[in-house]
Amino acid sequence: MTTWGAREHHRFEAAGKPFVYLVPSAAIFELDGAADAVLRTLSTRPHTRDELTAALGDVDTTVADLARVQAIAEVHAPPLASPKVIPLAPFPLTTMVLNVTNQCNLSCTYCYEYGEDKIVDTENGRQPKFMSEETARQSVDFMLREAGSNPTAHVTFFGGETLLNFPVLKKTIAYARERAREVGKEVDFSLTTNATLLKPEIIEFLADNNVGVTISIDGPREVQDKFRVFNNGAGSYDIVAPKIKELLKRHRTRPIGARVTLTSANMDVTRIFRHLTEDIGFWEVGFAPVTTSPTRAHAIGEAGYDRMLSQFTELAGEFLEYSVANRHHGFSNIKETLEELHKGVSKAFPCGAGLGLLGVATDGDVALCHRFAGSDAHKLGTVRDGIDRNAQHAFLQQHHIANKTDCSVCWARPLCSGGCYHEAHTRYGDTAHANLHYCEWIRGWTDVCLHVYGELSVRNPAFLAQFDREMEGERVS
Amino acid sequence: MTHLKPVNRKAVRIEEATSADVVALQRTGLPLLPHFPIGCSLVFSPGWEADRTGGTAGLCQPVERDLFDCHIGCYWPAQVPDQLNHAPDWTAKCAAAQKDWRKIDLVFP
Repeated sequence: MTTWGAREHHRFEAAGKPFVYLVPSAAIFELDGAADAVLRTLSTRPHTRDELTAALGDVDTTVADLARVQAIAEVHAPPLASPKVIPLAPFPLTTMVLNVTNQCNLSCTYCYEYGEDKIVDTENGRQPKFMSEETARQSVDFMLREAGSNPTAHVTFFGGETLLNFPVLKKTIAYARERAREVGKEVDFSLTTNATLLKPEIIEFLADNNVGVTISIDGPREVQDKFRVFNNGAGSYDIVAPKIKELLKRHRTRPIGARVTLTSANMDVTRIFRHLTEDIGFWEVGFAPVTTSPTRAHAIGEAGYDRMLSQFTELAGEFLEYSVANRHHGFSNIKETLEELHKGVSKAFPCGAGLGLLGVATDGDVALCHRFAGSDAHKLGTVRDGIDRNAQHAFLQQHHIANKTDCSVCWARPLCSGGCYHEAHTRYGDTAHANLHYCEWIRGWTDVCLHVYGELSVRNPAFLAQFDREMEGERVS
Repeated sequence: MTHLKPVNRKAVRIEEATSADVVALQRTGLPLLPHFPIGCSLVFSPGWEADRTGGTAGLCQPVERDLFDCHIGCYWPAQVPDQLNHAPDWTAKCAAAQKDWRKIDLVFP
């Protein structure tokens, strides 16, 4: 007698219908009443066919359907193997983050680069404070070499404060365009800036050159001025707000987004969102909790994550209603997750760092990502000598989801895969550690996104079709 | 599938990947996994393509006799007629196995 049991899954409801998110395949199915009843019954404990029939009537076709997609299985069947497959080298480089300077004209107290949790000594370290033109050119050559057969390469300029090295940025764009043309590729440019140094010539240049811009800003004046301060402690809101408005007015070639850092003292997500979209005029706003060790005053505790989730849920609900009506809503966090849900992404690694994304330090050292740029412990080569394949392979071996025992029982692992390496490094001193301090938040947020996804699949499936296009370069924050 | 509706792209792919209606070496129970042939099944061996009834449900199952190919290249202690002494003409009507394998008939002692 066959005994059936439920396999890993997460059940959710949307538009009055039951759905299931399967783990680790990341497939989403809508269930009919019979399938829902069988799955729920088997989720309590395994049942034999006779027990199921006695409880629910004829279930054979339902059981066959559920078994076919691996939502249920015979209890004695071995668990699904998730083979530890390390991507073959050379893995094509999609996004290169160029840290054109490690200096900044702001002194944001929570900064991971300069604050108490910093990895690299940017003051007295061996790295030059500004990337030279030559290193930037070598980086471009490196990127085009490593892009493999990808037709488009993405370059993100980062810092420090990126615009402190605007002259090199400008020349790099020209050089990259020229070199890309020679090898028959396209290059897409973007940058992140705190907006303090924006001026008409720069704005003009960014607009004319189709450079994507992300502004780091935390919200209304009193929020922004709490952490995002100059060396002398003065807030930066009054400096940046008019410059951003000027940028938004002139730069119409690409949608411009804001990137907000949330801290224990700065949690009013909805109010920040309103201010940045309605008062300032950003096309979209993305939020990220501050990366810090748990002892800092601005670290977000458990209650903070709960509060963040309830506010994210509120914005997600608003996003849903806008999207059903085919109206734009600028809450970018949910859009990224919906795209991954739509594609059924099931990750072996939390992000592209060390794979399709690499960070380049001011001296041309290549690191996992921009947050590790300049760190010897996280170095994966140099732009001159190329990627150190042994180091890269060792990194991927060590950070595969199969190594993260903590994650092996979590239904949200196809999307989270243990979370940010840099966050883990700051929290636990180990990039391979799963970010256990925000598991509840991740599961809660994934559940919200699944709900929105299910609603959209019923109420406006055409909206989801926009995610059928191919994945673009990774976002950098 | 009647009870599940694929919603995201991965679900569609799973539905497509599991929708093959013929699975070699039918197995009882679920899930149906693809069958990867090995060994002698990679070459034409009469008896692999169809079972004794002409169907595919009982391929390579021991029946009244073993399969023609079993006594040549296989480890299987094949129960086939003794071609040296008792039935030297057992395969005489089988000029080409691909075409004539059904002519290799049962031999009774």
